[in-house]
Amino acid sequence: MSPKNKILRRVVNPPPVKGFKPYGPNPDLRISEPVTLFYEEYEAIRLCDYDGLNHELASIEMGISRPTFTRIYAGALQKLAVALVEGRQISIGGGQVYFDTQWYRCLGCGCHFNHPNKDQEVTHCPLCGDLHFSPIAENKSPIHLVEPGTGQRRGTRGYGRMRRRGQNCKNYPE
Amino acid sequence: MKAIMTSTGNHLDSKLDSRFGRCEFFVVYDTESGSVEFIPNPNKDLKEGAGIASVELVASKNPDLIISGEFGPKIKNLLDSLQIQLVVIQDTERKIQNIINLLNH
Repeated sequence: MSPKNKILRRVVNPPPVKGFKPYGPNPDLRISEPVTLFYEEYEAIRLCDYDGLNHELASIEMGISRPTFTRIYAGALQKLAVALVEGRQISIGGGQVYFDTQWYRCLGCGCHFNHPNKDQEVTHCPLCGDLHFSPIAENKSPIHLVEPGTGQRRGTRGYGRMRRRGQNCKNYPE
Repeated sequence: MKAIMTSTGNHLDSKLDSRFGRCEFFVVYDTESGSVEFIPNPNKDLKEGAGIASVELVASKNPDLIISGEFGPKIKNLLDSLQIQLVVIQDTERKIQNIINLLNH
C-alpha cells in the first residue's frame, strides 16, 4: 500500500534563526547531535504559545485539521523537552510545509511582488514605486511554494507509531 | 537599495531572463550610486541545485530585491529567510535598461 500523502502545512513566518546551541562548562554539549525541529513544529509553537491562539484557530491558520495540529504541537514540545533536558542543539528545518508570504500585484507596472518582512507595512511597489497594488489570492501566487520533503517518513503519522514499529528515527535514539 | 536582476545578455539592452537559477547573467544595480555590474552565472548548466547555488551567489551581494521572471520551488524559503523581497515580471520582453528606469522612480 502506498503511503498517504501528507497535507502540506502552511508556514507564514520562517524562523529568524536556523537553530540554537547550548552553552556552559560541558564542552561535549556544544557539539552534540542536534534535535531537528521541523518548520511546522516551529510554526505550531509560534501560533499557539507566542500568538496565543488555541489549537482550533491555529490549525485553520496552518491549513490542517485540529487533531493534526495537536499532534504536531505535542511532537514539538517533546523535541524541545529532549533538547532542554539532554542539553542538545536545536536545528530548525525540514518538514512538510510550504511558505506563504502575501503576494501583491502592482497596478502600475503589472509586476508581482511579495513582502517577506511582516512587521513593516507595504506602502508602494518596490519596482516602480506606484502606490496602487492589490493582494493576490493565495492559490494564484505566481510561485508554487513547496519545501522538498526532508521530513518524509513512510506510512507514519506520529512519532509513537513509528517507534512501536521499530523503525529508525534520527531524532529519537533508543 | 541594491537590486539584482536576471539577464539574458551582458549589456543594458538585453532582455530579462525568465529563469532565476539558470539565467545567463545576474545584474547588480545599486540605486544610490547608479552602478551596474554584470555577473555571468556559473550555475546555468548544473543539472540540479542551480537555484540554490545561485541564491548563495546572489546572497553574497546583500541585495534588498531580486527581479526575475520565475523562481523555482526550492529557493523560495531560502530567500524568505534571508528577508529578500522578490519581484516577478511576467513580461519577458522587458529590457534591463527599462527595469533600471522603473527602479529610479
